[in-house]
Amino acid sequence: MNRIDSTFKTLKKKKEKALVGFVTAGDPNIEESLRIIEAMIDAGLDILELGVPFSDPTADGPVIQRSSARTLKQGVNIAVVFEMTRKLRKKTDIPIIVFSYYNPIFSYGISAFYNDALASEVDGMLVVDLPPEESMEMTSCWSTNELSLIRLIAPTTPTERMARIAQSASGFLYFVSKTGVTGSDGLDSKEIDDKIKTLHSITQLPVCVGFGISTAADVKSIASFADGVVVGSAFERLIEINLDQPNLPTILAEKVHRLKCSTKTTSV
Amino acid sequence: MNTFTIGSYPDSKGHFGPYGGRYVAETLMPAILELEEAYNQIGNEQAFQSEFQKLLRHYVGRPTPLFHAKRLGNHVKGASIFLKREDLAHSGAHKINNTLGQALLARHMGKQKLIAETGAGQHGVATATAAALLGMECRIFMGLEDIRRQAANVQRMKLLGAEVMPVDSGSGTLKDAMNEAMRFWVGAVRDTFYVIGSVAGPHPYPLMVRNFQKIIGIEARRQILELTGNLPNMLIACVGGGSNAMGLFYPFMEDSIEMVGVEAAGKGIETGKHAATLTAGSLGVLHGSKSYVLQDANGQILEAHSISAGLDYPGVGPEHALLKDLGRVHYVAVDDNQAIEAFHKLCKLEGIIPALESAHAVAQAMIEARRRPATDIIVVNLSGRGDKDLNIILSEENKGKKE
Repeated sequence: MNRIDSTFKTLKKKKEKALVGFVTAGDPNIEESLRIIEAMIDAGLDILELGVPFSDPTADGPVIQRSSARTLKQGVNIAVVFEMTRKLRKKTDIPIIVFSYYNPIFSYGISAFYNDALASEVDGMLVVDLPPEESMEMTSCWSTNELSLIRLIAPTTPTERMARIAQSASGFLYFVSKTGVTGSDGLDSKEIDDKIKTLHSITQLPVCVGFGISTAADVKSIASFADGVVVGSAFERLIEINLDQPNLPTILAEKVHRLKCSTKTTSV
Repeated sequence: MNTFTIGSYPDSKGHFGPYGGRYVAETLMPAILELEEAYNQIGNEQAFQSEFQKLLRHYVGRPTPLFHAKRLGNHVKGASIFLKREDLAHSGAHKINNTLGQALLARHMGKQKLIAETGAGQHGVATATAAALLGMECRIFMGLEDIRRQAANVQRMKLLGAEVMPVDSGSGTLKDAMNEAMRFWVGAVRDTFYVIGSVAGPHPYPLMVRNFQKIIGIEARRQILELTGNLPNMLIACVGGGSNAMGLFYPFMEDSIEMVGVEAAGKGIETGKHAATLTAGSLGVLHGSKSYVLQDANGQILEAHSISAGLDYPGVGPEHALLKDLGRVHYVAVDDNQAIEAFHKLCKLEGIIPALESAHAVAQAMIEARRRPATDIIVVNLSGRGDKDLNIILSEENKGKKE
């Protein structure tokens, strides 16, 4: 069984929900980024989403836009991201998902990307601007099902489209909690709960919820009905306001610990 | 010469051969599918078309003239040059053809709010104009650098009741404005219609914008036959995203005539400071479609450079990429200095102040006309008027004096 499936299975036994953490790879620099990620994993992170920076992140809010710009200045590219995952793999067994816009992958070369992702023990991919309609080009060379393809479901996605997307997804589904870019404010738990119920009725895949989740209270509320929560901008914001702090890994680890505690719920 | 079957592209998924498609976040997919359905249905309805054609005639002032620029032709001692006077269209450029079409469609779809990106401000002004006419709310995203260099158009948009949203990310130009417009749209997609200004973006925009702009070529074809009894030997238009060029070229696709798209070479292709996407770019995905883009070895999009804000864009419409591959259209690049020289020539010889974008096409027309006999006919799309560019021209003159 792959790492993503076994992670969700284990969490289910423990009556916990998955804490999925996004950071932009190499923020604030490559060495420190590795230390931050290791500290986050030690603090209880269940799944890592590692962001490939892009010059034109049209689905991201200001926080992740700025982190992309910082890491592009550090020379982070896909080859660097794979180097990072190989280093992390020596120390951890949690699933690693590479999060990217399509153009850096397309430019790297579709089959080179697939082969190098597997060789670097990446578990899954999330390509934010690649809808199922355009995915064949990327997935046609995926000769095995070793690499999961995480797909986004939006609040605007109609039910029959949800079902079609779910059929072409693997690992888990990522439900976007609101119509907006990453890091937007305001959550409507009731509305999200209804959507998750619909998704659970049409797919066996676990459903994680992301976009705009930043506090332990947010996590607790979402974790009461979803299979996992994705936190991204909140971590990146912490990195950004503590750029010069020597204890940046500790600061992030403490945040992970607080959020992880909120995923341990028995109220389902 | 290759001929080209009109209507064979794009396919039902919006692909122009290997180009085009829909590369957007899932939040936008349902809106784009809804737009495609609405466009296919409403766009072809008699009521919609007759309302659109009425506005083009009585509000935009179509047909725009096709003018024989004899003094320019005599000056270069070559072929006859005819100018398709889109600069005389209401609001000063061809952009209004498309914005009225999209705004009407938005109203039919029950969406009362419009957003748009703009570079030179012409598309912003044209969207604000359509919004005012149809009583719709309007927000225009514009880079800070473009707000600085196209101040007159910013004032115009505000007078027309639009809110101008300054974009300070990246280089503060058209690409950044489009990024921010897409981000805003992601959050407002339920009640907001995104009026894209070029034959770029996800399907169905490249198809829809081409179809709203093809009136340029339909008129030009009829007019040149009336004036000369012949079809032209060559068509020339500037290409940023490429809407005025597609509008002129498309109705001539099956005619055996040469077509030239003129990109901005900025300070020179070799300096890297240019916007010549088809000339010097490579295959990539930007702003929802696959086409040629200016990018580095890691697939990061590069900043474009041109004295003309409307051409200052590192992407290009997917249909142009296909036409380049097929060899149906020949793409060349003209630099800032050549465009400025052509700008002055047209002012002095014909009494027409062209937009700096269109001056690129005029510059290439002068080059082509020189090589050809007086019996040859070249039709140039004079896509916009140059009032907006006076400050840029004045500051270039001052720079020249200091040097």
